[in-house]
Amino acid sequence: MKTTPSASSLMSRENLYFLVLAALLLLVFPVLLDAFRLNLVGKYLTYAFVAVGLVLCWGKGGILSLGQGVFFGLGGYCMAMFLKLEASSPEATASQSTPGIPDFMDWNQVTELPWFWQPFHSFSFTLIAVVMVPVILAFIIGVAMFKRRVGGVYFAIITQAIAAILTILIIGQQGFTGGANGITDLRTLMGWDIRSNEAKTVLYFVTSGLLLACVLLARHVLGSKLGRILVAMRDQEDRVRFSGYDVASFKVFVFCLAAALSGIGGALFTLQVGFMSPSFVGIVPSIEMVIFCAVGGRHSLLGAVYGALLVNAAKTGFSESFPELWLYAMGALFIAVVLAFPNGIAGLYQRYLMPLEKRMLGGLGKAANTPPTAAARRMEETP
Amino acid sequence: MFADYSMPELMSIFAMQGFAGLSLFSIFVLMALGLAIIFGQMGVINMAHGEFMILGAYTTYLTAGLFENVLPGLYGIYFFVAMFLAFIASALLGMLVEWLMIRHLYHRPLDTLLATWGLSLILQQAYRSIFGAREVGVSLPDWMMGSIAVTDLVEIPINGVIVMVLTLVIATLVYLLMFRSGWGRQVRAVVQNRPMAEAVGIDTGKVDRITFALGCGIAGVAGAAFTMIGSTGPTSGQLYIVDTFLVVVFGGAQSLLGTIASAFTISQAQSTMEFFLSGSMAKVLTLLVVVGILMLRPQGLFALKVRR
Repeated sequence: MKTTPSASSLMSRENLYFLVLAALLLLVFPVLLDAFRLNLVGKYLTYAFVAVGLVLCWGKGGILSLGQGVFFGLGGYCMAMFLKLEASSPEATASQSTPGIPDFMDWNQVTELPWFWQPFHSFSFTLIAVVMVPVILAFIIGVAMFKRRVGGVYFAIITQAIAAILTILIIGQQGFTGGANGITDLRTLMGWDIRSNEAKTVLYFVTSGLLLACVLLARHVLGSKLGRILVAMRDQEDRVRFSGYDVASFKVFVFCLAAALSGIGGALFTLQVGFMSPSFVGIVPSIEMVIFCAVGGRHSLLGAVYGALLVNAAKTGFSESFPELWLYAMGALFIAVVLAFPNGIAGLYQRYLMPLEKRMLGGLGKAANTPPTAAARRMEETP
Repeated sequence: MFADYSMPELMSIFAMQGFAGLSLFSIFVLMALGLAIIFGQMGVINMAHGEFMILGAYTTYLTAGLFENVLPGLYGIYFFVAMFLAFIASALLGMLVEWLMIRHLYHRPLDTLLATWGLSLILQQAYRSIFGAREVGVSLPDWMMGSIAVTDLVEIPINGVIVMVLTLVIATLVYLLMFRSGWGRQVRAVVQNRPMAEAVGIDTGKVDRITFALGCGIAGVAGAAFTMIGSTGPTSGQLYIVDTFLVVVFGGAQSLLGTIASAFTISQAQSTMEFFLSGSMAKVLTLLVVVGILMLRPQGLFALKVRR
């Protein structure tokens, strides 16, 4: 801190922030919160996966996807299908007219397990599917759109339409998907009861650990050449293209990465909450996910995590005590984040708290004085 | 799937579904015209468009109540008054929103999306607080109800015809306003080149405000028309927003003619398929085809050939 050059002092600062987050997730929350609250935080953290993905593709890559709920939902549904099959063993479903298939299929006169359910008997297949199903869909959308240079607003609207399509499809095909109720009554994962408090605590730690790993991965991606190309693309796409880079492939990659993160988040969500339904897939949740990211700061990975935590905590708190006010508060938040602090909490922090912190720590080191303010200024200027 | 029906039955199915499609088409056009102005011409993604529509619908509901209680003798014409009031109400709100919010965001289209989504949440909750969560409907005056029997099998509801005529009139008016009036020329000039338009003395701020208000006003009229065929609830607007955006994008965002053509294609496809498949599958198929075509032809059906 005392004599380090500016760049590495910034790096260590970033590491420090990361460690603060890790300590918060792995030590502070588990100590302070009871099992129920901890499970809630775990649920919020699954949205943080999506928000981190959105920082990559929206904040850094300039691709606003309004269909992240689709990927979240696909990941979640893959996991839910595995758990549901495990819960519907022939013994457990003996009272049905056709034992051995999930209960909602029985109610809807589906007598045979559909073909796309078959592979979900295997846990390893499920784990792969949680990531790969969203990635494949993202790849198809990405290639179709980016190779033809569709971006910005049009991309947002089309991803939104895809979210609408998937929701209608899931609700319409009740016999295969559980319809509007979703896939419920999930009990065990490989024989391990996921409904117990211990299991939920373990799952919380798994979620936190995976989230931290994903943040590190995302940071690595952003720190690499790829990350710099992404930002360059966001700011001046044509120049990057004219410099000989295949802009579309970079976009496809980052979109797929964001989809993979969302899928993982969805699967962890299913595990912790114990069900999956179309209400996490459609347009409304997808846009809410964007707002988690925007509130935290669309340019900051850690900001996105805090954004997901804070907005969801506020949502729970508000809708518990003033259900009427919640939509007003949420709406006002959307407008405020766009008009007043477009860089979210991270931007506010950089602008107001960091200089203060600087002044207080000012006596400690001269080197730490200038670069962060420059960084803060850069944050301000980014569109 | 056609084998179960005889030829005349098939013909009348197509006629009826075609007509149902035409009513859907009218609604789509009414909703999409407003959005085509706001999104296509101004480049603002207005996610609260559905809520402006609902404002029009609620205005109609209030007007109907007023006529019922105060002027029962004139109930027959309440709809036209309501339509006018719906236009005024939505346009005024639109003007306010433009002044408070949208004008700060013209250079950030994606952010207008988030901000207007926030606005839509606030409006939804406001409707819920004011009108209650229950859906409300209006009773139509006698002359608007009933249907005309064309043949034994084919019947055409009168309110559908009225919605259609209304659509036709409004679409024509919008066309004249946008492409045949001095004001429309100003709008298009501002959209194409803001600094240049400013330089030749156009008050761009004012043009923007009126354009946005006009788009919202048309949404209000759409809402008024909507009360003739369905009931209105606080969240009804959200159901249509994706459809409307797809209609506008599919038609080619900058082309009013494209908007109308794509509304026609989408509504006819949907209503014809609806008879043979379940409603949700028909919708899924239609949306899938639209998205597929958009992936192949991102500029939409009627892309303006402009150099950028």
